[in-house]
Amino acid sequence: MAVNGIDITVEPREVLAVVGESGSGKSVSMLAVMGLLPSSATVKADSMMFDGRDMLAMSASERRKIIGREVAMIFQEPMASLNPCFTIGFQIEEVLRKHLSLGKSERRKRAIELLTLVGIPDPADRLNSYPHQMSGGQCQRVMIAIAIACNPKLLIADEPTTALDVTIQKQILDLLMKLQEEHGMGLIMITHNMGVVAETADRVVVQYKGRKMEEADVLSLFENPQSNYTKALLAALPDNATGDRLPTIGDFQHQFEAASAVKTPPLEAPL
Amino acid sequence: MSEIVLQAKDIKRDYHVPGGLFAKAKTVHAVKGVSFSVEQGKTLAIVGESGCGKSTLARIITLIDPATSGELKIDGQTIDINKAALTPELRRKVQIVFQNPYGSLNPRQKIGDVLGEPLKINTNVGASERRDRAMAMLKKVGLSEEHYNRYPHMFSGGQRQRIAIARALMLNPRLLVLDEPVSALDLSVQAQVLNLLADLQDEFQLTYVFISHDLSVVRYIADEVMVMYYGEAVEYGTRDAVFSDPQHDYTKTLFAATPRADVESIRARVARKRAA
Repeated sequence: MAVNGIDITVEPREVLAVVGESGSGKSVSMLAVMGLLPSSATVKADSMMFDGRDMLAMSASERRKIIGREVAMIFQEPMASLNPCFTIGFQIEEVLRKHLSLGKSERRKRAIELLTLVGIPDPADRLNSYPHQMSGGQCQRVMIAIAIACNPKLLIADEPTTALDVTIQKQILDLLMKLQEEHGMGLIMITHNMGVVAETADRVVVQYKGRKMEEADVLSLFENPQSNYTKALLAALPDNATGDRLPTIGDFQHQFEAASAVKTPPLEAPL
Repeated sequence: MSEIVLQAKDIKRDYHVPGGLFAKAKTVHAVKGVSFSVEQGKTLAIVGESGCGKSTLARIITLIDPATSGELKIDGQTIDINKAALTPELRRKVQIVFQNPYGSLNPRQKIGDVLGEPLKINTNVGASERRDRAMAMLKKVGLSEEHYNRYPHMFSGGQRQRIAIARALMLNPRLLVLDEPVSALDLSVQAQVLNLLADLQDEFQLTYVFISHDLSVVRYIADEVMVMYYGEAVEYGTRDAVFSDPQHDYTKTLFAATPRADVESIRARVARKRAA
């Protein structure tokens, strides 16, 4: 069982960060929402509501109308998630063709508009470039352009900046926050970087081994973490190092292992 | 004052890209005249973004690539691998740990053989002695003897990085070059590996050249910091000097771009957002 009983809600215009180490099931729970898990996976949920509609009761074709249009996702490896055989213009227009009834020249216009929005210089020329002709940061911008092409209500960003340099990371995070604000999107930010959480999130969910350890608004999480696992994560940050040694998760393990083996402790409602 | 293990003066490295049918031949200046020195038992961190020449510099220090010009001294001895072949003795002095622990171990080699190989190639230590030393090193890096006969795929990322560190230490090097050793690891595993590196440095009086783009790690581990930008060292000084009073614009940009996880900056951000 990769994910076990996770409840997540995102309000419109809210940035929710899902934090955890590799293997904590943070990506899996979001892929389940998107319906992107392989057929070997069984997804069970009491309810999965998007914008007042029940995603579980929907047929596959109804679902496909929502996924990619109203809920969009960007992934960790920008180079790997773009198709190397097609120009980026084709790949942006593909989404528009699938979901919106725009004419050919309108699609072109919208693609240029999107590239301008995500800050790519010479957008009209760039439409004809292939992914390998662009840098990692630019590819991630293109991925964002594709994701926001149909003005989604919810954007899921799975480790959007992990593969990038800090200076580029800053630009991409700023871009995401700007777009989120301007379009009033809900944004789920999956990350293992506490710095990214601190800079972007309104509310944070901490996951460990497929269970939710803590949910809190960002300030109380950093100021006064409730769960022992969160305390361990924060203590392992080199910024918080006091003395010669960094505390590791192992030093705290006996405390929170016991907690996760039984039921997750009841959590207070987020502020 | 302790002795200087590594000294570099005006190191330059050019790569020549041969011309083709339509392209002219050109020269890429990957490293443009970098000088530094590291004392025994200290850590020099080299910081910069991808493409700034930090890995090229690592290859020069590790004696994998020759420098185009400049002087490299290890333990006071001038080394130029362009002129003289590398002796086993020199190879023993400098070792490297790479970024990706999934790529740097041969999947068909058992861990015991991974650790024994440097001894086999560079020394004439017998098989049973090699085995004993490998066992001892496994324990030193926090693994156990039962791991000796396992293959790399049976280990997690953090364990593999421990194995890569163990392999580098098999020859008792003076200088260890760490090329982004923790950037592929989770936060908690990163803490474990950083602790291990600190312990080993104390025990063996190792000298580290630590290459990273993560400033929080650098601030934790480094004694001296060098910031590189497009092949040049734009800032070089003690950790406290660089972090408290950065001189160059690029260093300032780098600091500004690093996400801050302290409560005050979160409070300020939340307040800004509420106000907007």
